Amino acid sequence: MPGRKAKMLKDRHLIQPGDFTVEELKGLFELGEKIVENPEKYSEACRGKLLASLFYEPSTRTRFSFEAAMLRLGGETIGFSEPGSSSVSKGESIGDTIRTIGCYADIAVMRHPKEGAPLLASKKSVIPLINAGDGGHQHPTQTLTDLMTIRSYKKRLDNLVIGLCGDLKFGRTVHSLVKALSRYENIKFVFISPNELEIPSHITDKLDSKQFEMTQNLEGSLGKLDILYMTRVQRERFFSEDEYLRLKDFFLLNARKMEKAKKDMIVMHPLPRVNEISTDMDTDERAVYFEQAKMGMYIRMALIMQLLGVE
Amino acid sequence: MIKIDSIKKGIVIDHIKPGCGHKIFKDLGLHKVDYTVVLIKNIPSEKMGKKDLIKIENEIDLDMTMLGLLDPNLTVNIVENGKLTEKIKLKLPEKVKGILKCKNPRCVSTIENIPDIEFTLTDAENKIYTCEYCDTPVKA
Repeated sequence: MPGRKAKMLKDRHLIQPGDFTVEELKGLFELGEKIVENPEKYSEACRGKLLASLFYEPSTRTRFSFEAAMLRLGGETIGFSEPGSSSVSKGESIGDTIRTIGCYADIAVMRHPKEGAPLLASKKSVIPLINAGDGGHQHPTQTLTDLMTIRSYKKRLDNLVIGLCGDLKFGRTVHSLVKALSRYENIKFVFISPNELEIPSHITDKLDSKQFEMTQNLEGSLGKLDILYMTRVQRERFFSEDEYLRLKDFFLLNARKMEKAKKDMIVMHPLPRVNEISTDMDTDERAVYFEQAKMGMYIRMALIMQLLGVE
Repeated sequence: MIKIDSIKKGIVIDHIKPGCGHKIFKDLGLHKVDYTVVLIKNIPSEKMGKKDLIKIENEIDLDMTMLGLLDPNLTVNIVENGKLTEKIKLKLPEKVKGILKCKNPRCVSTIENIPDIEFTLTDAENKIYTCEYCDTPVKA
């Protein structure tokens, strides 16, 4: 019953990827896939509804994705894109802000530089609240985007070998994705990074030792992967410039290296990309990172609909 | 050996690590009360070699969460009419509210006044709790 599934998430908040069960996520992805197939059908789904986007720090990409999602559902948006233009600059607490916004809007999206700010807000909020990123902590709609992209290209979220490459130490996207995927059957992770940026033990401690391997060899790993998830390797993460220059090319993907990959392996990236994926990759049909950004909008459309309980 | 009278009605906190009695005494605010309280240090103990002990001649509401956090190996004995009526073995609490503070400068608790932050026990062996807002580990 599609109606019943939609109601399962009505009036809930999304603060971290684990807030929804695997079954609830399945319902969300199914709705997202229906929207992808026929976006027109949903163009009036949120007519008369208002989304408040509360961006306490700038993030053009995520804000546009949410606002585009709401507008494509026929809804409207209000909000601010930096705290200087809101009551926050007058010292208003997060709790008071969200309670006031709840008087005007039907749903809210919050991005905040402080970790845990959306959780704090959700305790006071009378409308559904979506965490659009809290510092380096959680970014659950990026995880939903990643899962939806994998489902779309691989038609499953189990029995996959996924390579994660680049900054695996500080990348919250990677941590959330590993946690989210480890809820599915027979997922194997290949963590590809320099020693300085390897995946933290608090993530691998929760995995079976047979479920993952760690390597510095991107090229040598490509042949076994179903998915390659690339992230940025930032210069400032290295102890020395020499070390950065020595290692950066190991974690650079280009068309030559891609010859070693399976014909149906997909390359994902949360964007923005700097130089870790060469532009000669962009015409390779296995490079799906721009399509991934589009999936991000569709899954946000599905999420907004389900939290509002609209069909 | 110093003779300390048994209490008629009250609480005995036993099996305190030697040297830690004074801290627990102060943390419970017993240095400010006007009823009979006794802190005994370095009592010979078969199990512990030496131990500290606190006797409180009064009915008070003990914060077991706080005590468990201070030392999960304590025993709290409840005494009524001069007889032991209940023996409570403490343990590390699974959840702690409003006692610990988050040390992560990026945590929302550094900019908002949140009096009752909840911490969850994630590593009992090392007394590690994590902040509900930012998941940062804190040693209790």
